[in-house]
Amino acid sequence: MYNRRIRGPLIEGNRNIGDVTRDVISPLESAPALWWYIAITLTTIATLYGAYAIYITVAYGIGTWGVNNSVAWGWEIINFVWWIGIGHAGTAFSIFLLILRQRWRTSINRSAEAMTVLAVMCAAIFPALHMGRVWLAFYIFPYPNTRGPLWVNFNSPLFWDFTAITAYLLISASFWYLGMLPDLGTVRDQTRSKIKKAVYGFFSLGWTGSSRQWLRFEALSFVLGGIAAVLVVSVHSIVSTDFAVGVEPGWHSTIFPPFFVVGAIFSGFAMVMTLMVIIRKIYNLTNYITDNHLDAIARILIFISLIMGTAYLTELFIALYSGSNYEIFTVFSNRVFGDYKIQFWAMFICNALIPQLFWFKSVRRNWMTLLMVSLFINLGMWFERYMIVITSLSNDFLPANWAPYKATHIDIGVYIGTIGLFATGVLLFMRYIPMMAIAELKGVVKIGTKKAD
Amino acid sequence: MSKHREKSGKIKLPAESDPENDPGLPEIFEDDFIKLNASRRNFLKAFGYSFASAALLAACKRPVIKAIPYADQPPEITPGNALYYSSTYFDGHEYCSVLVKTRDGRPIKIEGNSLSKFNGEGTTARVQASVLSLYDDSRPKNPMVENSQASWEKADSAIRYSLESINLSDKQIVLLTSTIISPSTIGLIGQFGREFRNFRWVKYDPVSYSAILQANAACFGKPVIPDYNFRKTELVVSFFTDFLGTWVAPVHFIPGYVARRKLNNGKTEMLRHIQYESGLTLTGSNADIRRKIKPSEERILLMDLYDRIAKATGSETFGATAFREDLSGLAESLVSARGKSIVVSGTNNTEIQIIVNGINSMLGNYESCIDLVYHVNIASGIDSDMESLVNDMSEGKVGAVLMYNVNPAYDYHDPQKFIDGLKKASLSVNMSDRQDETTGIAIYECPVNHYLESWCDAEIIPGQLSLAQPCINNLFDTRSFQDSLLVWSKNTMTWHDYLADRWEKEYFPKSGLPSFRDFWNESLSKGVFNYQSSEEKVSPINNRLVSEVMQKKMQASAEGFEIVLTESIPLGNGRHANNPWLMELPDPMSRHCWENVASVSAADAQRLGLVDGQLINLGQGILLPALIQPGQADGTLSTALGYGHSASGKVAEKKGVNVYPLAGMEGGNRTYNLTMPGIQADATITELALVQLHSSMEGRPIVRNTVLGSYRKNKSSGNEMHEEFESKHKSLYPELIFDGFHWAMAIDLNACIGCHTCVIACQAENNSPTVGKDEVRRNRIMQWIKVHRYYSEDHDNPRVYFQPVFCQHCDNAPCENVCPVSATNHSNEGLNQMSYNRCVGTKYCMNNCPYRVRRFNWFRYTNNKKAFDYNSASDLGKMVLNPDVTVRERGVVEKCTFCVQRIQAKKLEAKINGSVIKDNDIKTACMQACPAGAIVFGDLNDAGSRVSELFRDPRNYHLLEELHTLPSIGFLTKVWNLDEET
Repeated sequence: MYNRRIRGPLIEGNRNIGDVTRDVISPLESAPALWWYIAITLTTIATLYGAYAIYITVAYGIGTWGVNNSVAWGWEIINFVWWIGIGHAGTAFSIFLLILRQRWRTSINRSAEAMTVLAVMCAAIFPALHMGRVWLAFYIFPYPNTRGPLWVNFNSPLFWDFTAITAYLLISASFWYLGMLPDLGTVRDQTRSKIKKAVYGFFSLGWTGSSRQWLRFEALSFVLGGIAAVLVVSVHSIVSTDFAVGVEPGWHSTIFPPFFVVGAIFSGFAMVMTLMVIIRKIYNLTNYITDNHLDAIARILIFISLIMGTAYLTELFIALYSGSNYEIFTVFSNRVFGDYKIQFWAMFICNALIPQLFWFKSVRRNWMTLLMVSLFINLGMWFERYMIVITSLSNDFLPANWAPYKATHIDIGVYIGTIGLFATGVLLFMRYIPMMAIAELKGVVKIGTKKAD
Repeated sequence: MSKHREKSGKIKLPAESDPENDPGLPEIFEDDFIKLNASRRNFLKAFGYSFASAALLAACKRPVIKAIPYADQPPEITPGNALYYSSTYFDGHEYCSVLVKTRDGRPIKIEGNSLSKFNGEGTTARVQASVLSLYDDSRPKNPMVENSQASWEKADSAIRYSLESINLSDKQIVLLTSTIISPSTIGLIGQFGREFRNFRWVKYDPVSYSAILQANAACFGKPVIPDYNFRKTELVVSFFTDFLGTWVAPVHFIPGYVARRKLNNGKTEMLRHIQYESGLTLTGSNADIRRKIKPSEERILLMDLYDRIAKATGSETFGATAFREDLSGLAESLVSARGKSIVVSGTNNTEIQIIVNGINSMLGNYESCIDLVYHVNIASGIDSDMESLVNDMSEGKVGAVLMYNVNPAYDYHDPQKFIDGLKKASLSVNMSDRQDETTGIAIYECPVNHYLESWCDAEIIPGQLSLAQPCINNLFDTRSFQDSLLVWSKNTMTWHDYLADRWEKEYFPKSGLPSFRDFWNESLSKGVFNYQSSEEKVSPINNRLVSEVMQKKMQASAEGFEIVLTESIPLGNGRHANNPWLMELPDPMSRHCWENVASVSAADAQRLGLVDGQLINLGQGILLPALIQPGQADGTLSTALGYGHSASGKVAEKKGVNVYPLAGMEGGNRTYNLTMPGIQADATITELALVQLHSSMEGRPIVRNTVLGSYRKNKSSGNEMHEEFESKHKSLYPELIFDGFHWAMAIDLNACIGCHTCVIACQAENNSPTVGKDEVRRNRIMQWIKVHRYYSEDHDNPRVYFQPVFCQHCDNAPCENVCPVSATNHSNEGLNQMSYNRCVGTKYCMNNCPYRVRRFNWFRYTNNKKAFDYNSASDLGKMVLNPDVTVRERGVVEKCTFCVQRIQAKKLEAKINGSVIKDNDIKTACMQACPAGAIVFGDLNDAGSRVSELFRDPRNYHLLEELHTLPSIGFLTKVWNLDEET
């Protein structure tokens, strides 16, 4: 089973069960520090800027963006795919590591899942906002109506997309929230504030910790986890069909579903890494989120990075192999050596080359390098989406239609707004929700320690 | 007419709320209510009131807006049915016999009059857009005396009084007009002039043909522009002549030219076209061989050519200096095409025109291809007349200036001199149907009707008459120019009676019809009347004059940059600058709009360090943005006239630069070429409003083309891959079956000359909005048709390919399956349909359309006074809208519909009449407007239809057919008249 000599203890510092509860709940109980107030002010400003950009978009039209009649999708779709990708990590963590019996996931899964919910919320803003007539967005719901009834187009990837994202948001939010019930009960029991007691009491749905409740809790987690596992794979596969079903050169490719799923998990894990390094530093949670944890994430990142590199090279090869002039033009003349070479090489370097630094143990063990590399991956993944969306559209089949794309401050505003929303959500999460699954941590508190031996 | 119906035919809506009868707020909600004690009683009172009013409001209906029918319906009007009236378009510069489509009493579309021998069903972009000028808000709306509103009676009596008193003095009474081709108006002017002792009629054309008129007067004794008959021609050699775009009568020349270029019915012979020019023109783009020369080289070339031809034909030679290129081949081919060729020059220089006349005369072209007898009656302005008038005016010799349809304050080369001179006249009257720079300078403004509100006639070619009739009541308090003349000469007749009277006396006897009523009604309904005009034969060419010119020593031309001023395809001579459709019409070659640019060659740009959009200083305060134009002769700069208005309405104002001041006089004619010692680049770089940024086909089979030599051997030459692609079309899905109609279109790229008429015709038919310069820069132009222009790889002097691209109505359309709400779908007649109501604007269809023909309403382009104040923002401008086509809301995607409203109308008509739709019954707007007949629409299920026939042609291919989109539009390969691939 678990070999301590190789892996070390899952939780360091000889914490006992009581310590775990206290450690995790303490940020909820103590008054927030000054940095927290400063941070939330900044993130709120960013969110409000986004709200302003959204107001302008809805009030005046999508014309306020940089999109045009040749490049009809721009930053908003890039950001949508980027956020959805980030939103993969939480569920992937919880489910895949659960299936693979990687019990070290317990100190990370709660934050990863919170990140998922927030990222999917941010992502969901974009497709809606991207509609020319957002007030008629309900047309995309397949509901019985008096217009015929007129149904949606079940052949359209955008409809699949809508279904997949809605399902994913619902399942991952439920999974996250229901998984939190025992911990909310713990907070309710620990707190001295009457208000908190009432609020946490309400949200803990009357958790008492009885055996029967635990039994049902486990069963529910199992069912939701089972569904979520499928969704993790399906969501980004379906997002990829938005492109793969299209005829545009550079889009029309069967590699897209697995390539997108892997890319999504890559960016999600990178984002988890970013957040964990920060949270661990701020709250001094080195006992729970140990160097070994970060090391494990880094190893996963190298592995995925190799897959990404392979995928990029496969795309180049297939473009050549296809013999299609349009594909060859888009991939080589346009991406690798052409107008968009900056984006292509930024993507390639950030995603396929920089993560290779994780082969060195010293890089994996240094929080600064971990943070830097994880940020590079996030940047690289943004460029990857930029490259896919823009390069194919701007220079496609008929050269007379070629047009460049340039984002406006409204495009940027919406993006900053979602980053603000995400960061605000993370700050609120740190403040009001137990950052780690207390109940599950208690299950692994002794694994790998000397006492257990 | 009901009381809600105004004169304009617009239905006025009842006011939504009447402030006087507004009951206001009930007492309970007035200020002191707040101060009341919040007792239970008061609370209940307020609560009860709120509840009751909420219930009441919820039960209220929205105000009912009633459309009130005619109390007395005119018998010819059936609401919802269009009526067509024949009429004549002539703006002083361009002529077209037209049909005017009216709906509920308002003209909404112009079509060509197929009964016209002159232009047939063809039109040009300017003609198509003229309907919008009718609904121009800035049109002068009533007579003005010294810039204040006045009544016609007051203005008339004052003008009459002044005319009488000036007539007593020795001063001239001058009528200054554009060219007038209406025989009745000419008669009326003669009659008007006879009332005065010193009357003078000066005709002034800003873009003039006075050199041709004078050369022909000198050579043949007849000051006319000959008719060029391209149908009988084998070889056209043209120098600086844009006869397909702007020169004389493109709408007349295009059908003839294209008839000799089309390779239908198994033809294997084509007209060969050789063009010499500096800037790339539409005509030059279509030439088989195009050579770049500077304007200053034209005369040397022509003299050399003259000598060579003279030698070959045994005429007198003059030992002219040889041109830098060897012209023996050109001379040889001209001589071998003797009697079947045209040599033409558009340069406004009498001597050059005389040499050209000499060449044509030696070649015997006057017998067959160039007709001086039945000439084109399009321009009669002599530049020196205008110059002497302006001199007389500044010397105070002119007492009265009556101006009609001219704008010398804008387009005369020395506008200030003209304006100062005008102030010296004791009477000045301006008669214009539009607001322009000359408006407000004269003492009296007597605004005239738009041509769609007027009676008139025209004789474009001797014996080819046409009538113009009003299609709507006068929108404003305007009066026709002819009515004004009649009133001022104390004639009690109306212009209509005068016109009818004249037709009764002059033309009715020639008709052979029993009564004048019949003749008049028939002529009005047909719009045209042809009779055998007995024109005198012209005298043979005056050879003495030719040899005089040939012997003249050439003056050494000044060193420097040569500037060529041209008319532009969108704006012509600039009269229509306030028309937003034309302003936003891209130039076919440079693909920019909303301003004029200075086209320079790449070599010059490199030498001067210029980039696209960088300003060039031409002196006199003229700063023009540069455009690096492939095919521009080195050392020359071309720019378009007609832009840069200062007071011609909101659309025209400050768009581009007015370069008319550069067109000075030389040898008694206005010259549109000048030499500048040098030009300077300015540091400022502006952003051009370009609709196409990339010009190379990148080796893709987009415009497939071949040369005639190969075509003769193999009909599918250049189109070999078509068969391969066809054979590879395999699908897992069942084939679509169209059991009724299967609409399709064939576009002959050999006939399409790239004139952009279809673009405006489509815009007018389908209510496409104008979006403005900024939106064009952002690549958001809304026109459904884009005429793509590609250059061949030789950037120095490229071959030019035009290809109109709009929705291909693919039978396997990539846009259809990706729309999440099924807003775009396929009809069982093969149409790719767009339901605007259902569209939520995901724009996925736009991305997935490989042809990029879908347009998105990025903003609210209509009803938006703030940002898009063009025609669709004003009540008047909106009257041009076609009621059969939905005006699209912000946030929806739109595109070509194959004019589904026209298809439906004809189907309905056939159903009601119990008839069958025949081929050619249904014409899309682009097809109908095309002067070249390049577009053929029809039913593929009918094997005998023209479109089926063209689809079977070995030249037919589909754009991007390798994608298996199965488009319903076929293109026929472009064939250049060359023996072998160069």
